[in-house]
Amino acid sequence: MDENNLIKMELTVNGEAVSMIVKGGRRLLDFLRDDLHLTGTKEGCGEGECGSCTVHLDGQSVLACLTPMERAIGCSVLTIEGVGSPTNLHPVQAALLDEGGVQCGMCTPGMVMSALDLLERNPDPTIEEIIEGISGNLCRCTGYKKIIYGIQQAAQELQAASPAGTVKESVE
Amino acid sequence: MTIWKNYFLAETVQEALELLAQSEGDACPIAGGTDLLLDLQQGRHPPLDTLVDLSQIPEMRQLEIRGGKLFIGAALPLNRLVESPLAQQHAPTLMDAARLIGGPQVRNTATLGGNVCHALPAADGTIALLSLNATALVARLEQRCEIPLGELFRGPGKSALDPRREILVGFNLPLREAGQASAFRRVMRPQGVAIAILNLAVWLQRAATRIADIRIAIGPAGPTPLRAVQTEAALRSQPYQPTLPPQALEALLSESRFRTSPHRATEAYRRAMAGVLLQETLEVAWQRTLDVENQDD
Repeated sequence: MDENNLIKMELTVNGEAVSMIVKGGRRLLDFLRDDLHLTGTKEGCGEGECGSCTVHLDGQSVLACLTPMERAIGCSVLTIEGVGSPTNLHPVQAALLDEGGVQCGMCTPGMVMSALDLLERNPDPTIEEIIEGISGNLCRCTGYKKIIYGIQQAAQELQAASPAGTVKESVE
Repeated sequence: MTIWKNYFLAETVQEALELLAQSEGDACPIAGGTDLLLDLQQGRHPPLDTLVDLSQIPEMRQLEIRGGKLFIGAALPLNRLVESPLAQQHAPTLMDAARLIGGPQVRNTATLGGNVCHALPAADGTIALLSLNATALVARLEQRCEIPLGELFRGPGKSALDPRREILVGFNLPLREAGQASAFRRVMRPQGVAIAILNLAVWLQRAATRIADIRIAIGPAGPTPLRAVQTEAALRSQPYQPTLPPQALEALLSESRFRTSPHRATEAYRRAMAGVLLQETLEVAWQRTLDVENQDD
């Protein structure tokens, strides 16, 4: 260990290999935002209550504010930057816009990551299951209904697009 | 901001114990880290030089029946626990509790071991484990030992385990036998405040219309998670009743030490709710003994 606490972060982020020497001892959230400049992942409360910093670590949704950055070494991280693109939105992103589930936008990246995690495990969720799936994400604008309808709409579209019932995250 | 200096990912319990013993400065094991990282960031936990990550140690992620007990690895993420048919069969109260801890992202990371080591008097997983008469498998460099769960707690947030010398490897739970069932319920604000206002777990053994044996755990009802042994005694060998017998309520209120906590609830509210929560949980557990019987038929 270097005296300056430098570590080698070798991992996959949004499908691309990353290898860089950076300061260790921080949160995955800090590594993503400050070192990789992937600022789509938001810091809301910074204490694990709001879900704004939700990312996928080896295919599971986690809170980047409560994940040590070193834990991501050798893993695959998916952030909102790896989901869809401005010209080709992921069906979940498109449906949230369509249903009016985006207002200030602060919670949206985390909501999308939680919705993807839910649909990966459960491609055809009930309303109750959607509510449970985003229960770790707070939204101060929408009152949730439009987000829930958006996720429901996206699930239907994804189901129609892949009748076998498998939902794949689109990684750019 | 740097929160720690060294981070080691241990591959075995032995390696983790050696890393903890050898590291300079202050060192601590980390499993899910959803409590520890927050406490470190907010200054509730003294600064640490070294974290030893236990989350990938295969032995600590196991869930299986061994030696006539259900073993649950301390570093098994709660989402994996919740999905386990074995745990559902033998520890329904623990399933009830684990499903209520945090949100989905936290359950993907957080562990039962962390829930217990954080030593909060109202930790949902801990309260459920207490009612199941769980023992803790603790590893030291020189030996391993099995400790009754209740002996792991010294005070609010104070575990009896020495983070430099001891690792909580997992839990052993008695297997469910005929006529037995368990349940967990809590009183909680809908969202945003992480710890229950009141939580309670019941394990019971039914014999026809009577409660042949019972264990009750409740929190926060004192500095450590509480086994309500007087309340158990008031209900043991009694016929099950849809309303709580007055002597059981009296015992519960007498042995619980409820307090007012600024952001959660008043002592008076907790006193008013304790009996209701016990009756509700008792009812669920009792009903489950009947459901199980019907299933077995």
